[in-house]
Amino acid sequence: MKDRYLKIFRKLKMHSEGCLIPFVVLGDPNFDISLNIICNIIENGADAIEVGIPFSDPLADGPIIQNANLRAISSKVTVLKCFNMIKYIRKKYPNIPIGLLTYSNLVFANGINNFYKKCYLCGLDSILIVDLPIEECTPFYKSSKKNDVSQIFICPPDINDKFLKKIVEISKSYIYLLSRPGVTGIDNNNSFNIKGICNKIKKFSSIPLVQGFGIHSSKQIKKILKLKIDGIVCGSIIVKQIEKYLNNENKIIKKINNLIVKFKNSTRKNYKIL
Amino acid sequence: MTILNSYFGKFGGMYVPQILVPALLQLEKYFVKYHDNKTFKKDMNYLLNNYAGRPTPLTLCNNLTKGTNTKLYLKREDLLHSGAHKINQVIGQALLAKKMKKKKIIAETGAGQHGVSTAMISALFNLKCSIYMGSKDIERQYTNVLKMKLLGAKIIPVVSGSKTLKSACNEAIRAWSHSYHDTHYMVGTSAGPHPYPSIVHRFQSIISLEAEKQILKLEDKYPEIIIACVGGGSNAIGIFSKFLSKNNIKLIGVEAGGNKNIKDHNSASLKYGKLGIYFGMKSKILQNYEGQIKESHSISAGLDFPSVGPEHTWLNYIKRVKYVTIQDHEAISAFKIICKKEGIIPALESSHALAYAIKIIKKDPTIKQTIIVNLSGRGDKDVLSVKNFIKS
Repeated sequence: MKDRYLKIFRKLKMHSEGCLIPFVVLGDPNFDISLNIICNIIENGADAIEVGIPFSDPLADGPIIQNANLRAISSKVTVLKCFNMIKYIRKKYPNIPIGLLTYSNLVFANGINNFYKKCYLCGLDSILIVDLPIEECTPFYKSSKKNDVSQIFICPPDINDKFLKKIVEISKSYIYLLSRPGVTGIDNNNSFNIKGICNKIKKFSSIPLVQGFGIHSSKQIKKILKLKIDGIVCGSIIVKQIEKYLNNENKIIKKINNLIVKFKNSTRKNYKIL
Repeated sequence: MTILNSYFGKFGGMYVPQILVPALLQLEKYFVKYHDNKTFKKDMNYLLNNYAGRPTPLTLCNNLTKGTNTKLYLKREDLLHSGAHKINQVIGQALLAKKMKKKKIIAETGAGQHGVSTAMISALFNLKCSIYMGSKDIERQYTNVLKMKLLGAKIIPVVSGSKTLKSACNEAIRAWSHSYHDTHYMVGTSAGPHPYPSIVHRFQSIISLEAEKQILKLEDKYPEIIIACVGGGSNAIGIFSKFLSKNNIKLIGVEAGGNKNIKDHNSASLKYGKLGIYFGMKSKILQNYEGQIKESHSISAGLDFPSVGPEHTWLNYIKRVKYVTIQDHEAISAFKIICKKEGIIPALESSHALAYAIKIIKKDPTIKQTIIVNLSGRGDKDVLSVKNFIKS
């Protein structure tokens, strides 16, 4: 197993920092601008990056990321082009962990083993398939092991102990903890007791915990990292800048860079939010 | 793990975000616990008979078959309260929702027939009801939209994606992933993640249970052929259910062949689709070479869906059921014939099945045969679509 995640989580722990993992959809709003956005995200302080292959029916995503998927598909971004883009990013940034988020039909339609092999060859570290629960994961999981790509599983905040043991047993690199039920998006509806579930997971395992869904402010990031959570994924708030400044690439880059710098600072223990 | 087998052969499964798995397992648990329970069955039968209007008759079409040796019977699900077979399984799911102590119902709808049935049963059971419907379908099925509103349901127009049933299904799943704690997702067809295909099969099997008794009484023999239209596949699985084990009866499922018999303009996922994962299940799907789901097309909103229930994919795979296609213009022609000859206005969905029956009868009028077509719904909702089609 590649150890980029291991290295980054270890390094960040030594510095008492949380892991910032921004998410974008590959090819949003088009291939060239998307590549430029990703390079800027990495150069402005992301510790790892998660990228999505655009899918026609992204049912785990809210309107912001849904629209990003549709923009990318409209600009003729294909699965093959996505792999080429990841290959380029890997070559340029050999040490950053890169995770892929996708939907099961894209993996299945391209041949499960063939898809994972492509993931390995283009330098991906992990894959998260959002509509693939543990109950259906066997052929996908086998391929992930065979091709040395970490399979990431989602842990809902209201899950029982039996599931918890299972997820801890098969997870590699990190566990993706949901902030709340629902789909991706920017909202403050955070009624679930994340602390309880974090403590439970930590009792079973030392695998890093990364929280995602609905994260959009420095204050939130600080609050999350005060629990025993090792990192955060933020997607919709970043993708929203693309939607907002669709015809102005410079502005998109500027706005996203500002967010990355601000969010990265928020992952540092002693950083005070102004 | 699931209690029941979640697959039909290699088709089916539960391909949903992890957060929804406990809700599906809860539904399965309650279905297993109650579907054979004496009191549950008594409640269900009471509502089927005294609310929905079962049993529905088998009507012999004497005018249409004049001069031929065919006896054509229509299983009249159009005569049900709500106007379609959808009410059968909605009653069952609503009873389960009550047992699970869910307070709200969400559902997706294409033609609006499932939406109307869901709205009716929600009103009867005092459950808060929201119906997701593509904005394109809202336009073409407006009478059903009005009915749903009158019944107290909230209509949520879906403007993303195809703006048809496909988008409504996605949006309903999104909504359910927020609200599963107190909300039951009333899936309308024999598609979707386990246990929905098994639940819908069970509750719709009443159609074939009745049809078997009725045809034996009327003809003292089984029919040679049974035909039903297939979108997601609930009315077809309902009429096929009891006859699946009788191998000498030819079962035919009719998919929507769209407006041109080419791969890009139809809803015939068994004919033109390939195996994939969509709407929580592994089944045949209309998709492009790399797995993006295609938009389907049919004159009939109820068949306008890019996939099909996993049991149909299985029945196709083992060749127990023959699946064929009928194009828009053929369905319209059958619609007009049944109206004029038999005094029945069939749903455009069912008109696909009727069109294929007419094809069989015309092919050799001398053959002595008995055919049952499942008339899954009535066509009041479709008269404007038919008018627009004829105009264009």
